[in-house]
Amino acid sequence: MNIIVTLLLFAGLFFFTGGAVGILRFPDFYSRLHPAGKLDTLGSLLAITALALFNLHHFSIGTLLTSIKIILILVFVFLASPTATHAIVDAGVRAGLAPWVKGEERR
Amino acid sequence: MDNIFLYSGLYLAFLMVLSLYRALFGPTVMDRMIGVNAIGSKTAVLLILIGLLYHRVDMFVDIALAYAMLNFIAVLAASRYFQKRKGLYDESPYR
Repeated sequence: MNIIVTLLLFAGLFFFTGGAVGILRFPDFYSRLHPAGKLDTLGSLLAITALALFNLHHFSIGTLLTSIKIILILVFVFLASPTATHAIVDAGVRAGLAPWVKGEERR
Repeated sequence: MDNIFLYSGLYLAFLMVLSLYRALFGPTVMDRMIGVNAIGSKTAVLLILIGLLYHRVDMFVDIALAYAMLNFIAVLAASRYFQKRKGLYDESPYR
């Protein structure tokens, strides 16, 4: 059980790293949203399921309920993250932010 | 197992500093919101990790859930506020 939890946690951290570096390196606002979205969904999916699994270590009803609550956090993040990204892009487009085209300098 | 959680928590905190850079120096306001959103989602995971470290998971799970919700509402409110302001960026050939 511990091995699975460790592997899942490290995979989650790997995607968190990818997301964080991606946010820094991408040239434009719109392209930076892509790793930001990946960070929220995939990174937290793996990390939160790892923690939920670890919680079932010494099994009892209490830990089961807590694990279910942790999974609920995951479901909420899955609902909230795309909506937040959509709201940001909508605000960016209305404010007249031009998308980056190839060959332009980094913005 | 606690050591693994401790070090992954520290590593998550380091990743937060990385996205803090984007929140500080982001050219446009929208980049700052990406940074804040990224930090918010990392904090939720970090809270559960801390809960596991302190062996009081059920308390920290509620805090993490509340934090995830607040982060979501804050991003919505901020993006609703910023879309009215024209000229977020000096030249906007798009519009």
